[in-house]
Amino acid sequence: MSILIIAEHDNASIRPATLNVVSAATKIGGEIHVLVAGGACAAVADQAARIAGVAKVLLADAPHYADQLPENVANLVVMNAANYSHILAPATTAGKNLMPRVAALLDVAQISEIVAVESPDIFVRPIYAGNVLATVQSSDAVKVITVRTTAFEAAGEGEAVTVETIAAAAESGQSKVISRELTQSVRPELAAARVVVSGGRGLGSGENYHALLEPLADKLGAALGASRAAVDAGFVPNDYQVGQTGQIVAPQLYIAVGISGAIQHLAGMKESRVIVAINKDPEASIFQVADFGLVADLFEAVPALTEVL
Amino acid sequence: MKILVPVKRVVDYNVKVRVKADGSGVDIANAKMSMNPFDEIAVEEAVRLKEAGIASEVIAVSAGISNCQETLRTAMAIGADRAILIETDVELQPLAVAKLLKAICEKEQPQIVLCGKQAIDDDANQTGQMLAALMGWPQATFASKVVVANGKATVTREIDGGHETVEVSLPAVVTTDLRLNEPRYATLPNIMKSKKKPLDIVTPEALGVDVTPRLKTLKMAEPPKRAAGIKVADVAELVNKLKLAGVIA
Ligand SMILES: Cc1cc2nc3c(=O)[nH]c(=O)nc-3n(C[C@H](O)[C@H](O)[C@H](O)COP(=O)(O)OP(=O)(O)OC[C@H]3O[C@@H](n4cnc5c(N)ncnc54)[C@H](O)[C@@H]3O)c2cc1C
Ligand SMILES: Nc1ncnc2c1ncn2[C@@H]1O[C@H](COP(=O)(O)O)[C@@H](O)[C@H]1O
Repeated sequence: MSILIIAEHDNASIRPATLNVVSAATKIGGEIHVLVAGGACAAVADQAARIAGVAKVLLADAPHYADQLPENVANLVVMNAANYSHILAPATTAGKNLMPRVAALLDVAQISEIVAVESPDIFVRPIYAGNVLATVQSSDAVKVITVRTTAFEAAGEGEAVTVETIAAAAESGQSKVISRELTQSVRPELAAARVVVSGGRGLGSGENYHALLEPLADKLGAALGASRAAVDAGFVPNDYQVGQTGQIVAPQLYIAVGISGAIQHLAGMKESRVIVAINKDPEASIFQVADFGLVADLFEAVPALTEVL
Repeated sequence: MKILVPVKRVVDYNVKVRVKADGSGVDIANAKMSMNPFDEIAVEEAVRLKEAGIASEVIAVSAGISNCQETLRTAMAIGADRAILIETDVELQPLAVAKLLKAICEKEQPQIVLCGKQAIDDDANQTGQMLAALMGWPQATFASKVVVANGKATVTREIDGGHETVEVSLPAVVTTDLRLNEPRYATLPNIMKSKKKPLDIVTPEALGVDVTPRLKTLKMAEPPKRAAGIKVADVAELVNKLKLAGVIA
């Protein structure tokens, strides 16, 4: 039994999500290989080679992998799939884009966002916005899986293993990236942050969001998040959205400000270790999951909190 | 240009589902059912492309039990021209749905298939990508903007960390994200009109597709509940509690 992990990276460095996937693979058991597909990405392969638990790195370096287009990468994965019992990637937007395509080309099911490994063919995954945990068994020869990164520890560093260069598959020529705008931030990555401060519709405007939550996040070294309502209203960009259909977070501390606590939002943050809710409505559902609830006007409570920290 | 819009009938997003006592499944016998919200966004986008003179026909398709006809009528009330029900009682998994949709694509030859990014019941986020693979088409997932011109679709995608714009040749599969549009409410006259629009019914057997599930659900359970928390009186008490919990210095 061997496992192939698709590394997530930007051609310069490996994203931390890949480290959590290595831990999930360790739970499945078997020899772990990491595929680094990219353009001028040798540095990433070297980083992958130093992840504890990894036995070998496969490097496919070609210009048509630089943008991680799923049409190109899926063909490459399928071309190299023969010897693997499992193919894993993180359940990030990149992994979700790629892995169903790989599974369909292999004529197997794809198992989305596993949160636990029960055995090499039995996995647990949340459905219905995390209100139900389903234990599923796969009868396919190859298990194609995306991994919820917050459910597994990050793998540590180990001895460097070999990097084997593999041939690229043909370019599909069907798609290309025209532009990419990534939110520039000095803050920690939302999905991996130790502290997350999230704001909702209660903040009233983008200006309020920034004026109130940024100083608080600065004090706490926190990442910033938001509810769907705050994103829809244009307070912050889409990649701030925490929830069933946004990002999943599980920090040590999650502070929800002016967020009501719809099930779709809870789905993305209820595994946090300590949850704080600041809301003026004592009946808000967010209080049902909050360890510490403060019924207050956020326009007074947030500056006061920032002040004393 | 034809646009195909796959629509799934799901438990309404406002319903909190419960697991049956024996863990064999979820208790949704009396739950309110609706069109998957992402599919409503897809129907709306397809109808707008038709209104803009880019699409010639919008076809809604749903796979599942006979009641999915209601979902298809809703799609036609928003503005789809006709509908296809692939009727089956078998529990459908994304790969099976993708194979069914492939059979429909081969017959209808759409230039764009506009799917939802994710069904809010199985939370799979797979079907559109799988269909694209089976057809050998490109895909543009998680769309927040779609522009169709010159045999291409230019799609802005919501990704972790920001957004990117991709250009795909047609035919292609596009999957919708929340910010693509705000679906209209179906008006009463349009609901009445939708009842007279054509709705064909086919079966997986007639399409020659094996829909046997590949994944077996062994058990369903509710996640452990969080221990009840407390209300704090003021900011000072909050800070004390957070210090005691060891999450702030
Ligand atoms: C298909 C689908 C997917 C979705 N996915 C997501 C998702 O991934 N993530 C997500 O978050 N949502 C998601 N939603 C939306 C979700 O259902 C809710 O609509 C949304 O989470 C509400 O955001 P909110 O809590 O900011 O706004 P509201 O529900 O409007 O709550 C605002 C809160 O602010 C409080 N407030 C107002 N003023 C003050 C004040 N001065 N001081 C203190 N408190 C104040 C109010 O009491 C209220 O509780 C999804 C919905 C659908 C249909
Ligand atoms: N049974 C179905 N009938 C029609 N469309 C479906 C069905 N299942 C999934 N889809 C489509 O595929 C999308 C993604 O679903 P999923 O892969 O199950 O998360 C949905 O938003 C629909 O557009």
